[in-house]
Amino acid sequence: MLKFILLVNKQGQTRLAQYYEHPEHERVSIERDIIRKCLAREDSQCSFLEYKNFKLVYRRYASLYFIVGVDHTENELAILELIHNIVETYDKYFDKVCELDIMFNLDKAYMILEEMVMNGRIVEMNQNRILLPIRVMDQAAQ
Amino acid sequence: MPTVAKGDAMRGLAVFISDIRNCKSKEAEQKRINKELANIRSKFKGDKTLDGYSKKKYVCKLLFIFLLGHDIDFGHMEAVNLLSSNKYTEKQIGYLFISVLVNTESELIRLIIQAIKNDLFTRNPVHICLALQCIANIGSKEMAEALAPEIPKLIVSGETLDAVKQSACLCLLRLFRTSPETVPSGEWTQRVGHLLNDQHLGVVTSATSLIHTLAQKTPEDFRQCVQLAISRLSRIVTSSYTDLQDYTYYFVPAPWLSVKLLRLLQVYPPPEDPAMRGRLNECLETILNKAQEPPKSKKVQHSNAKNAVLFEAINLIIHHDTEPTLLVRACNQLGQFLQHRETNLRYLALESMCLLASSEFSHEAVKKHMDTVITALKTERDVSVRQRAVDLLYGMCDKSNAEEIVAEMLSYLETADYSIREEMVLKVAILAEKYPVDYTWYVDTILNLIRIAGDYVSDEVWYRVIQIVINRDDVQGYAAKVVFEALQAPACHENMVKVGGYILGEFGNLIAGDQRSSPMVQFQLLHSKYHLCSAPTRGLLLSTYIKFINLFPEIKGQLQDVLRNNNNLQNADAELQQRAIEYLQLSTVASQDVLATVLEEMPPFPERESSILAKLKKKKPNVSDIEVKEGKKSSNPPTLNNSAANTPEATPASAPVPVMAAAPAPAPVQSASDDLLGLSAGPAAAVPVTNNFAAPAAPAGGGGLLVDVFDTPPAQNNVSTALAPQAEDNFFNMAGETAPSGDASATELDGRFAIKNNGVLFENELLQIGVKAEYKGNLGRLGLFYGNKTSYPFQFFTPTVSCPGELASALNVQTKPLDVNTVEGGAQVQQIINVECIADFLDAPILSIKFSYSGSMQQINLMLPVMLNKFFEPVEMDATTFFNRWKQLNSPGQEEQKIFKATYPINQDNSRTKLLGFGFGLLDGVDPNPDNFVGAGIIKAQSSQVGCLLRLEPNMQAQMYRLTLRTSSNSVTTRLADLLLKLF
Repeated sequence: MLKFILLVNKQGQTRLAQYYEHPEHERVSIERDIIRKCLAREDSQCSFLEYKNFKLVYRRYASLYFIVGVDHTENELAILELIHNIVETYDKYFDKVCELDIMFNLDKAYMILEEMVMNGRIVEMNQNRILLPIRVMDQAAQ
Repeated sequence: MPTVAKGDAMRGLAVFISDIRNCKSKEAEQKRINKELANIRSKFKGDKTLDGYSKKKYVCKLLFIFLLGHDIDFGHMEAVNLLSSNKYTEKQIGYLFISVLVNTESELIRLIIQAIKNDLFTRNPVHICLALQCIANIGSKEMAEALAPEIPKLIVSGETLDAVKQSACLCLLRLFRTSPETVPSGEWTQRVGHLLNDQHLGVVTSATSLIHTLAQKTPEDFRQCVQLAISRLSRIVTSSYTDLQDYTYYFVPAPWLSVKLLRLLQVYPPPEDPAMRGRLNECLETILNKAQEPPKSKKVQHSNAKNAVLFEAINLIIHHDTEPTLLVRACNQLGQFLQHRETNLRYLALESMCLLASSEFSHEAVKKHMDTVITALKTERDVSVRQRAVDLLYGMCDKSNAEEIVAEMLSYLETADYSIREEMVLKVAILAEKYPVDYTWYVDTILNLIRIAGDYVSDEVWYRVIQIVINRDDVQGYAAKVVFEALQAPACHENMVKVGGYILGEFGNLIAGDQRSSPMVQFQLLHSKYHLCSAPTRGLLLSTYIKFINLFPEIKGQLQDVLRNNNNLQNADAELQQRAIEYLQLSTVASQDVLATVLEEMPPFPERESSILAKLKKKKPNVSDIEVKEGKKSSNPPTLNNSAANTPEATPASAPVPVMAAAPAPAPVQSASDDLLGLSAGPAAAVPVTNNFAAPAAPAGGGGLLVDVFDTPPAQNNVSTALAPQAEDNFFNMAGETAPSGDASATELDGRFAIKNNGVLFENELLQIGVKAEYKGNLGRLGLFYGNKTSYPFQFFTPTVSCPGELASALNVQTKPLDVNTVEGGAQVQQIINVECIADFLDAPILSIKFSYSGSMQQINLMLPVMLNKFFEPVEMDATTFFNRWKQLNSPGQEEQKIFKATYPINQDNSRTKLLGFGFGLLDGVDPNPDNFVGAGIIKAQSSQVGCLLRLEPNMQAQMYRLTLRTSSNSVTTRLADLLLKLF
């Protein structure tokens, strides 16, 4: 299962953090450590790395890193594509998503994530269905 | 151009974020944040009630600040208030804040639960989903208790919307994880399985996760899901990518769901039904086939999604481990990936292949890729991939390729990343030990390991090579030669000095004939390293020097000079100082004979699991899996352990031990290492009884009391036990006291009956049992006295004696039945028991007493004080006879040695009394050290008479004993040692 999803920019600032298990150590320090490890890696290196007693799967989009902590039973490639699907869904909703979209619309970013992953498990991967509730909400707000 | 927030734009938020982004320094950012926090706080505290919009804006700001790494200690109440808003957006923000910022211990949890309840019972599916998501995220125990019963209804009800079902599945999963007992069992568990057939693939995706977790807990309840999962999987993999339009991802139909289904199937063994099994195998073959088809897209997303399914299918094939063709196909597929340009695929292929290597069907197929893996080890740019390559080489290693793999790993070690060196060293050491080409190769490998990566060689590794060299006399000369050569290197790792010092000290004589490695050269070579070494290594070298004095009397003078050197004699390190002083003294005072006995060659170490393997398992728990699976292989290659154990000629003549004086033993290392070498199991002289010079003075005073009261009436015993709670408190173990029935385990027999014949065997508020015994030769007679301490009668009083198991054939027991079956209040009845010793035995016969006291049945089980040493007769002999006999009893098993911490304070007179009471004849003046005891006796059994020799060496400083027993019968040796151990 997934332990957490982090969105981090190249400066190491956390833009979104969702935990599915309470972090064992202090959140801020563990995030810094994870981010440092991922930022230090080259593009030629593989997208998985062992970290403490779990694994990190990460993918970089321009200046944003998506980092997912998973346990050892999780399928790494499936997680790698989950990240891509999240990005595509964001892209679909925000129309050419960038870091600022996420910052200014944190609530929406979380909501989309919530529709896709819950309790550390994948719930829905169909982009139209993922975006359905949020569109309902947007309409209600107008 | 800053992006404008979508929907209902929150300008204040945008401004704040822009401000933060424009901050030039950390301080400025902190300042801006503090300002904002103060602002929000005042807004929340203010009199004016905030509208939903403002609350939402502030909560978003707090979230943003939280993500920047600041703790948020307010705003929770406002978020909870938002939960009861009717506006979807506000409610959503409330839930978001709570999901991200509220931990399960929050005092607000009750309010949150109430709000969730309200939303769950609305008819608005969007609200229900928000509530369910919140439960899935927080999932506290309290929530589980309050809400768990509601969720299953939502999952199986026909009226529930699909989106709600999805959320409900994962919500229930969370509650199940938090507190499974709150989740009601019932009919829904049957129906949840059928969700695998649901039209809506999102529902299937969620349900599969739920079922997976539930099935792990109780597989039987969800067995029907295997069939459902297989048919669902089959429909997905055989569908064309246009069939499942919405769930097709880059031309791959439902990849995440396929992965989940394949993982669910890994909970179960392969299906037994041939049709089902055939269908599953078809699926797996289809997945493997697809990997060979030309890609439908050049995008990496396509190949990743396809391969995600492929790797999970391979995991399932490995899990089943029954289909040789599939296993080999999987292996070939992974082999292709090993050379793929995608680093990710190479990494995963190495990882999966490691699992395949442990299957007997694919082990050979994996081995074919050895060269590729070795190339990967050498050329991969990513250390995590190289790490996987090391794992795989380790996994595929067997007798046939060990030499090459070990050589490659050794050569890689020279340049390996620091992060993986220690683990690699362990792996090389294990492989070299497990699949030795021959022992000289093994020794070479380990010495190379120390040469190349000395810093990463943990103590376990070099202990192990010494154990093995000591146990194999055919390799000792070679080991001495190569270690001597290795020491000649200008810079030489300290671990090499340790191994060198130890091996030359034991076997230096084997190469002393060669002028190039004459005793003097050996000594000078070792001593040239002495000053560069740490104290423990110097201690070891001092031990080597005293061994040299024994091996090479011709250089005694030079060695004594070193010991006599003020640097050693007055060393600040107490250990070194003591060794120097005592070794010097030993070399001056003791005759050559005595010296030869003290410094006799080490006896072989007992065989056991390699301590290195244990270390690796500790480091990497998943390695043990590999080892376990390996047991399945039909041709399990013999390990070094086994072969050493199976070749008797490998055992050098066991040393006749004697005289240790108070000098520290020629210990290889300091006390810290004791356990690792397994010294506690007793490989003779390796244990420096005196090693721990700084041992605390004496154990707690309570122990002393117990010794003093050995011969006092038991009533006082009770008192002393009470006074000294830390003392052994089972003098009067009252197992049967109040238990009305059934306590079958007999009360452990107290050790003091080993050395005396009369006393109180048992006592509780009701009953006292006394015993008087006499023994002659192989016969004994016990009188048991049952005293009723109460004023009411014991009815149906029936004592019976039984000899469980082997004891029945070793001991003949005859019990005279009691004349009466009632013991009146205050009365005592007597029972006579005759015993005859047929053969040696360990366990005592069991006396079990049943009686009824004021209407309730009582049962007491006791061990009768009949031990092997009761049939022991002392023997007197002179020193020469003793040593002759001692030397005769030198075959394996005839000697038992125990080194143990004194339970009672060491006292010369008490020890004497105990040994005499035990039945030994004490032989004074045989051991040159007056503190030591030497004794002899004969066990008189009907079938045989067994002579026993004993040596007991107390060590006052360390409060320890070393007990050595030699007898002509292996089992007697062990049994007597066990009995004696409890007395001191």
